[in-house]
Formats: sequence, structure tokens, C-alpha cells
Amino acid sequence: MGRVLAVIIWILTLLSVLLFVSGKWWFPAPISEHAPALDRQFFITIVVVGIAFTAAQVGLGWMVWKYRDTGSAAGDRAVYSHGSNRLEVIWTVITAVIFIGLGVMGQSVWANLRLHDAPPGSYTVEVVAQQFQWNFHYSGKDGKFGRTDPKFIDDGTLNFVGLDATDPSAVDDPVTSSLAIPVNRPVELRLRSKDVIHNFWVPQLRFKQDLVPGMEIKVHFTANKVGKYELACAELCGQLHFKMRSFMLVLPEDEIQQLQAMPQEQFQARMKELLDKYPLPTYQ
Amino acid sequence: MSAESHEGVHRHPAPTGFIRKYIFSVDHKVIGIQYIMLALAAVAVGMTMSLLMRLNLSWPGTHWPILETLFPTGAPGGIMTPEFYLSLVTMHGTIMVFFVLTTAPQGGFGNYFLPIQIGAEDMAFPVLNMMSFWVTLVGFIVILLAIFVEGNQHLGEIFAGLGPSFAGGSGTVGPIGGWTGYAPLSALGKIAGPGQGAGMNLWVISIAIFCVGSLLGALNFITTLLNMRTKGMSLMRMPLTCWAWFTTAVLALLSFPVLLGGGILLLLDRIAGTSFFIPSGLYVSGLLSGTNPNFPLHTGGSPILWQHLFWFFGHPEVYIAILPGMGATSHILATFARKPVFGYRAMVFAIFAIGLLGFFVWGHHMFISGMSPYSAIAFSVLTLSIGVPSAVKTFNWLGTLWGARIRFTTAMLFALGFVSLFVAGGITGLILGQSSLDLAMHDTYIVTAHFHLVMGVASIFGMFAALYFWFPKMFGRLMNETIGKIHFWITFVGVYAIFVPMHIMGIVGMPRRYSSFAEYRFLDTLHPLVVLVSVAAVITIFAQVLFYFNVFWSIFKGKKAGDNPWEATTLEWTTATPPPHDNFAGVLPVVYHGPYEFAVPGAPNDYVMQTDVGAEVPSGNGHNGHKH
Repeated sequence: MGRVLAVIIWILTLLSVLLFVSGKWWFPAPISEHAPALDRQFFITIVVVGIAFTAAQVGLGWMVWKYRDTGSAAGDRAVYSHGSNRLEVIWTVITAVIFIGLGVMGQSVWANLRLHDAPPGSYTVEVVAQQFQWNFHYSGKDGKFGRTDPKFIDDGTLNFVGLDATDPSAVDDPVTSSLAIPVNRPVELRLRSKDVIHNFWVPQLRFKQDLVPGMEIKVHFTANKVGKYELACAELCGQLHFKMRSFMLVLPEDEIQQLQAMPQEQFQARMKELLDKYPLPTYQ
Repeated sequence: MSAESHEGVHRHPAPTGFIRKYIFSVDHKVIGIQYIMLALAAVAVGMTMSLLMRLNLSWPGTHWPILETLFPTGAPGGIMTPEFYLSLVTMHGTIMVFFVLTTAPQGGFGNYFLPIQIGAEDMAFPVLNMMSFWVTLVGFIVILLAIFVEGNQHLGEIFAGLGPSFAGGSGTVGPIGGWTGYAPLSALGKIAGPGQGAGMNLWVISIAIFCVGSLLGALNFITTLLNMRTKGMSLMRMPLTCWAWFTTAVLALLSFPVLLGGGILLLLDRIAGTSFFIPSGLYVSGLLSGTNPNFPLHTGGSPILWQHLFWFFGHPEVYIAILPGMGATSHILATFARKPVFGYRAMVFAIFAIGLLGFFVWGHHMFISGMSPYSAIAFSVLTLSIGVPSAVKTFNWLGTLWGARIRFTTAMLFALGFVSLFVAGGITGLILGQSSLDLAMHDTYIVTAHFHLVMGVASIFGMFAALYFWFPKMFGRLMNETIGKIHFWITFVGVYAIFVPMHIMGIVGMPRRYSSFAEYRFLDTLHPLVVLVSVAAVITIFAQVLFYFNVFWSIFKGKKAGDNPWEATTLEWTTATPPPHDNFAGVLPVVYHGPYEFAVPGAPNDYVMQTDVGAEVPSGNGHNGHKH
């Protein structure tokens, strides 16, 4: 029985490790500036995890193989030991150094992304989520965001973000259901929600952020690859949570400049063309 | 009677009537079995729900006639709707976490064996103990009603009498919110869509009731352990199970009140128009807050407050679920390794450290919630440090096996399985605990895989081990070892096959709580894994029929057990099988040794029971000497 258990533990360990190193399934290719650092930290961590996992399972298998009760000799007994303080100290210190070291190392991506404001000159979009729909509010030709207030929200007349029609800077503000951002330029998203908590999630960007009603949360990042990417909601928001999908277009700077100058209808039409123009990345 | 008679305890004669003996019993042993039976019923419900979820994810759109009969609104034509799926997610999580992982390990085995293992005649407050079970049972009935109240016209009509917010009929089968019930989705009421009506009220009420039951239990455990240990049972001579149950009780005492408070506030938001968790200016389902009688004015609340209250409870809850499994595993490993626990003192400190640190890491569930990014750094580093006592426990389990003479009973197999799964599930905490990596990993299937392995499956393996181990003491008969071993092999391989591929899904980015992945192209490549997981789940779930059969068959037909079938050392094995009403037939045992004196050189047997007079034990008392 001990040998069977040992072999099964080893096979399960081997298959688990193979699944991870097969490379058949992994992160989608990154498209943001901070992503390689995050992927590297993930890689270092998963190597540590893999070694610790394998060592523990192989050790467990070895113990049950070697120390099974063979019933060979009557009076044959286990080793009488209550432990070893020295070993306790050694393995406590080693794991503390490795684990806490990993934890401290793991703060750099976070700190770079979250402890600073967006750099000046960032391209800013206001994101307003609602049950099962994304709304992206751009500043328009004048570069100024029009005033919004929940009391002006009217899904019936397509004023999804509550633009104040009396505010002159609101007149030129396009609002669309897909996100367009420039490539190789810092982007700041100002995230809000109209109803419940949603979550902004583009796997290739390697970050998530909740959109919390009653709060405006700012995040910033720099995308570095032109293309069309799927945007998902990653916080349970109700019945059609699984369908709350949109797209993010990462566009050349001149394309963004042209879009920015367009009024609502033209902007929408151009977005539609661009969404058709760019294919999704091919996933293996 | 022992000289150390406990004046505080009122001795009662054994009851004679059936109802006082088996139903409204104040005997901790009967209450323990009642808790275990409750958990067995609840886990069957929770497991059936996971089966349905896997069927829906792998073979969407399939017609299931039985669902049409049971849930005409949730699965019209027998096809699961998205809201049906989400209510399964919610109810599966709630039932498993509260009514399985919190009841069986603590209320079940802890209730039965803690008093016996410390040499007490009963719990300190037997009537309170009885109440804690019945309160918990009421909570379970309410959560079952929550499933059906909205999908069922008759129940819906009855509950409508409680007030407008209880009126059913939104066309789903239960509350939607996940087991975490994040506000304001859970706070807004029917206006927020299916699954937010009467069922959600009952969900909150059920959890509040459960909190009360758990608090009563926790008070009892702590008092009993501190005041009622028999002569010679010093703290450092207690079995590690008792340390685990004690620490668990302390965690429950400090965390459940916070959830109870949060639950009451949430219920007030839902039915009394308060705004603890609902901010101003919400626009939901086409209505602005305060402009319509269906959506009264809410102002000034904080959605993140709910998350803080919930996770301040929710993270210790993880340890409430798994600490008793750790205790049982240590206990069972030593018994069948025929060796003292390696590093008893270190094990006790590790349990304490895990319990203590468990209160300072709740924010790792909230890295991306919008809370301060500076606090995320503190929570992250503290979270990684919890891995240290967890690793210490693992090292000591391996140390216990080193130089052993292992007897592979079914109980031992499950205890070894616990170690394997605890490592497999716990180790990915090193990934998820890093705020940077959580940016990508949050709310994907790697989270699902991590917590299912470590707090779900490992805890359940601890309970399987405990049941196979203590069953003969509880029922006087052994469980069938052949069926038990088949049950172990299928379940052990099965859970690896279910949960390891889920890590990969998470790395690719598959979000949790999706009823369908059809909308997203980046998830298409995962389809073979989704099907693999479902097939493994179906096989593993059906293998549990063997377990249920084994339990109920063995109660009546199992091989008769003696008083100490495993040649174990602790007090429960010194008394009759099953133990008499007052546990030790009027004579409390006196303890002379530590709990795990196996393989003592020079002793006549390879085990020295805690009550053995005169036996020479070199290091004794569980001290941490390095002696071979």
C-alpha cells in the first residue's frame, strides 16, 4: 500500500508539473509596459512554487515508501523522537526568508503601477460601467470632459454617463461602448460605476481594477502593441455578468488624434470601422 | 469521582426517553453526531450543485428533465439559465463554507471528542451546546428555503406575507451574489435583477442565524478546554486536535460577531431603507435612486465597507475550516506512523501563529477593490508570512513520518492525502498573496483552484480521515476498509484531476462565476480542460456514493470494534466503545503522559496510553527534546 501511494503521489506530481511546463496554455501575449515585469515575477514565483511543491510531494512519497510497516520483525519499532529544535529553527528561517523575500520582491510592479499618479500628458478616458454594458466617455475636440451627474443619466435617450447638456464642454464629448487608446503613451482611466461593482479586465494588459459605485478610481498604464483586445467584467455583477464584454482598441497616435476631433456620430462610425479592421489576436 | 470535581458542572443522569436521548439531547456526543449528520446532508446538496455547474459549463444548453420539474422558472425546458447557474454558485459556496466546513470539523468532531480527549464529562454548558446545534439547523433550513422561495409559487406567496421585499417571483431559483455577497448588488433588492429578491433576504438571515449558533459553540469550546481538563492533563499534554479546536473556537469568537453585525446592516439596507453599503446617485435598471417608489433614496454608504466586514470574518473563516483538519491529521499521522508527533511544541506555536496572522491578512482579498494601494503592500507581505507556519506544519508532518512504521488504514490514507493536498493548495498562496500578481490572477480560476484545494478538499480530507478514524468509537463498529480504500483512491486522484487544470485556466485568464465562456475568444483554447475537469468531477462526485453507503451500512453492519482498535494513546481510547453518557463511567481518568508516546524504548507495547501508570517515558510530556 505504501509503495502504491508513493507511486501515485509521484505520478500526480509529475502530471501536474508537466501541465504547467507544457506551454500549451499560458498567459496571452502581453501588450503593456508593466506586463513583462509582472510576467517575470510570476515566473520566479512559480518556479519557487514548483520546486517546493515537487520537493514536498516527492518527500512525502519517499516517506510512505520507505517507512511502511512491513511487519517483518516482531518488536521492530519506529524511531522514538519528539523532534529537533535545531531543524525547526533551520526550516522556519529558510522558509521565512524565501516567502517574505518573494513577497517583498512582488511589490515592485504594484508600487510602480499604483503608488504614483499618471504621468503628465496621459490620455484620459472616463469609464462608466453599468449592468452588463461598458461606457467610455472621451473629452472630445476641446480636450475637456463635460460635466456629468447621475440625475442626467437616461438610458432611454442614450445618455448613459449623465452628460449635462447645458455644459459647453460636454457637447463635443463622444461616448461609446468600446475603448480606444493610443499606443506607447500613458493612459489614465477614471473608473466609475452606475449601479453595482464591476471589474475592468483586459488579460493582455495584466491588471484588474474594480469599478465601485460612489467612487472614482484612477488607474494608469501604457499599452505598447496596436490591435483589438477583449475586455471582460471580472466581478460578479448579476445575471448577464458573463456577457458584459467589450473591446479595447490600441491605436496609432494619429488615429487617436483624428478620433478625438470627431463628433459623436462620426466617432461611433469610425470606431465601428476600426473594430472591423483589426482582428483579435490569434490564440493558440 | 475524581478529586478534581468540577463544581461548575451540573451532572445529569443519562436520559431515557428517545427524544431527550437522541433529538433534544444535551450530550455533547449526540450533538457531535447531529452536527456530522447535518454536514453529510449539506455536503450532498452542495456537491449536487457543483455537479450541475460542471454540466452547464461543459455541455451548455443540454436539456435536463429533472431540473424542469424541480425549477420550472430557473431551468425552463430543463435548460439552465444564467441566473440559475449563478444561484448555484452562490448556494454551493454558502452551503459548503458554512454548513459543511464550519459544522463537521468543529461542531461535529470537536464536540464529540474535545471533552473526552481532555477527560471531561461533557461540555461546560450542555444546554447552550444543544442550542448551538438547533440554531445552526434553523439556519440550514432557511438557506434551503432561499433556494426555492423565488422559483416556487407557493413558497413565494407564503413569504410575501412578511412584507413587500420578501415577495418572490423574479423567476430564478435562489440568491445571486456568490458566497461573499458583495454590496451593493446584494443590498439593492429586486431592482438589481434576478436573484436579488426574497431569496437574498433569506440568505442574509440564514448567515446571521448561523453566526449566532457558531458563537454559542465557540464560547462552550473555550470554557470547556480551559476549565475542565482532568488531573494531569496540562496544556502541553493535550492532543493537537484539542489545540486546533481551541484556536478555531477563538477565531470563531472573534470573527463571527463581525459578520453578524455586517449581515444585520445588509439586511437593514435591504428591508429598512438604510444606506450602510449603498452610495448616493445610483442608477439601476433605468431608475435613479430616490425618484421612484421601487428605488428609494439611498445616500452615503460604502460598498467597500461590506468587503472589509465580510473578509475580516472571511479570512479567519478559512482557518476555522482547516485548523481542525490539521489537528486531526497530526493526531492520525502519529497514531498510524507509530511515532510521536515531530515537534509537538512547534506544531502548537504554528497553530497559534496561523490563527493570529489570519486576522491581519483579510485585505489580500481586496487588492483591486479600490482600497489604499499602501495597505495592499502591508496585507501582501503579511499574507506571505502566513506561509511560514504552514510550511513548519508540513515539515513536522514529514518529520513524523521519518523513521516510522506506517500502517495504511483508510484513515491514514486520508491523513496523508491531507498533507499532499494542503501542500498543493496552500503553495499557490505564494502567487495569489502578491498584490502585483493578483492584478492578473484576481477572480480567475486559479483562485477557485487554490481555495478549493486548500480550504475545501484538504479540509474535507481531514474530515474523512477523522471519520474513518473515530467512527468505531462513535458507533461501536468499524467502517469497511475495502470500500474506504477504493473511496480514497478515486477521490484523491479525482481532486487532483479537477483542480490542477483550473490553475492553468486561471493563468490564461478565465474569470470565475461565468455561466458560459462562449463570449470570449481568448478562452476558446481552454475547452478541452473544461471538459476534462467536468468528467473528473462527475466521476469523483459519484464515488462519494461509496462513502455514504459505507457510513450508513457500517453503523448497522460494520465489524464490531473494541475499545482501542487502532492501538492509540489518547483518552478517547481508554473508555468504553461507544462511551457512556458521562464519558468515563463516573471515574475521570488521570493523565501521566503526553499524547503521542509511541515506540517508547523499553515499554512493553509500542504505545503508552496517557493514563498508563508506571510506564517510563524518557522525554515525556511532549517536550521537544532531540532524543532517539
